[in-house]
Amino acid sequence: MKLDDHQKAMLAGAEGRARQYAMEQILKVGRFFDAEDCVPISQVHLMADPEALGPSGVDFLESLAQLPLADRRVRVPSITDPRGVDFNTYKRLGQTERMADLERRATAAFEALGFMMTNTCINYQSVIPPVLGEHLAFGDTGSSIYANSVLGARTNFEGGPSALAAALTGVTPRYGYHLDSYRRGQTHFEVTTRPRDLAEWGALGGLVGRAMRSYWEVPVLSGIKGPVTSDEIKQFGAALASFGSTPLFHMIGITPEAPDLKAVFDGPVPAATPLGRAEIDRLMASYRPKDDKLDVVVFAAPQLSLFEMRTLADHLDGRRIHKDVALLATTSPDIKSAADRMGITASIESAGGMVLSGVCFYQMYARDIGEANGWKRLMSNSAKLVNILGGYGYEPVLDSMAACVESAVAGRIVGASA
Amino acid sequence: MSTRIYKGHPGPGIKVTGEALVASDNFSARYDLDLVKGIVSRPAHKLVGQSYVGKILILNIAKGGVASAWMLRDMVQSGRTPKALILNFANPIMAQGAAFADLPLIDRFEVDITTVIKSGEMVTVDPEAGTLTVGS
Repeated sequence: MKLDDHQKAMLAGAEGRARQYAMEQILKVGRFFDAEDCVPISQVHLMADPEALGPSGVDFLESLAQLPLADRRVRVPSITDPRGVDFNTYKRLGQTERMADLERRATAAFEALGFMMTNTCINYQSVIPPVLGEHLAFGDTGSSIYANSVLGARTNFEGGPSALAAALTGVTPRYGYHLDSYRRGQTHFEVTTRPRDLAEWGALGGLVGRAMRSYWEVPVLSGIKGPVTSDEIKQFGAALASFGSTPLFHMIGITPEAPDLKAVFDGPVPAATPLGRAEIDRLMASYRPKDDKLDVVVFAAPQLSLFEMRTLADHLDGRRIHKDVALLATTSPDIKSAADRMGITASIESAGGMVLSGVCFYQMYARDIGEANGWKRLMSNSAKLVNILGGYGYEPVLDSMAACVESAVAGRIVGASA
Repeated sequence: MSTRIYKGHPGPGIKVTGEALVASDNFSARYDLDLVKGIVSRPAHKLVGQSYVGKILILNIAKGGVASAWMLRDMVQSGRTPKALILNFANPIMAQGAAFADLPLIDRFEVDITTVIKSGEMVTVDPEAGTLTVGS
């Protein structure tokens, strides 16, 4: 892998231990993927919640944070994914002081490195949306797939250690989705129905994700008529990236690199696998519970946009959530602040719901929270969330936001999932 | 006993030998493992309930979220870790995590590696050469 003189100097330690670590990490990963050289990136999005970091990860960050200022500061605008603890709600949720301490230490270390603590996975909606062709180092899979697919920017999934390396150097190895040749369509799906709500958009993404055989497979969807909203395609992409491990899709006539089928495939257009009403219904039904018991309703993964917060508040207007059920909604600190100002938070809270800021449910010790509160049966409109929580001891149910709210009010699962 | 050698793409980590634990399922540290107990915890996973500690863990494709990039190092430092991770296809997250953790990792074999090695076989992993050697 070719390095320029500046990169070689950083690797040799001329600019301190943090940048030396960063170049070592870049080189190891670049060699694994046969990268020819590095590509400059314009912004970094870092996933590093305390549960994922663990004590050893936080120790590592603190060892960088105590270096001299010139040796430790990031070199491009660098922002953060959701954190693991919302200090305004963590005690009510049964999170421990150990979790809160780890969160405080990690946050202090990131601030010392120069990270802007945006604490959001919807940075493409709420911070700075990337533009066509912009090279990035994005962490969260939902954020990455949106930036690649919907906005036409270029990133691989950059896990915390590599996103941090990109932040400290301003470059990342040039492989995978930074290269034109990796962004071509490979597998073709024809969508024969229109998802009816965000849960179904997530289910459609889940179906495509399940069919993906590796990180390198690029699915192409044709047949989706008319415009798609940011929240719809966000749910679709987040689920695709969660059920599969794929950071790019093309949607014909909708995403910028896919004006038509010929533009995305090299050679003849492959035969399409149909995805329709029956497939979506079957995926939704696979999360149908054996009885109507309900413990907790969660809106998260991705964090809610301002529009989703408004819709949730409207569903809850004048209602009262059943005393035996908890209802949580997670959003970014910036959207929370807007929701506070517009009375949206008050509407949700007066119905008995909780609005969590700067966290996302599966990144905040979901297993421990479930045990602390006796939550097992969980309902959500996020296909990504129900996919993840199956491994965390929950019995997740997937249904629309309307059905989730009706169930929270009734104190038992009602609607199609009942 | 004859020796079988499988060639994949070189990766991070040092040479290790251990007992194989194999399934054709996919792999995510966050979604599939209980890192405290050191067992596979995802109910739908073929290895559910089994300990991966000290094993050469051989699975199909890296899937799921980015948390594994941090988690592999914590797993290695806790001692409740597989000796090596062998996949048909790693994704960048596994490569980044293995690089950060110095966990031996090889992928991209000429064959489906989950079909040619059985759980319980002794396997030597040489990440620098990119080889898996079964038997001696």
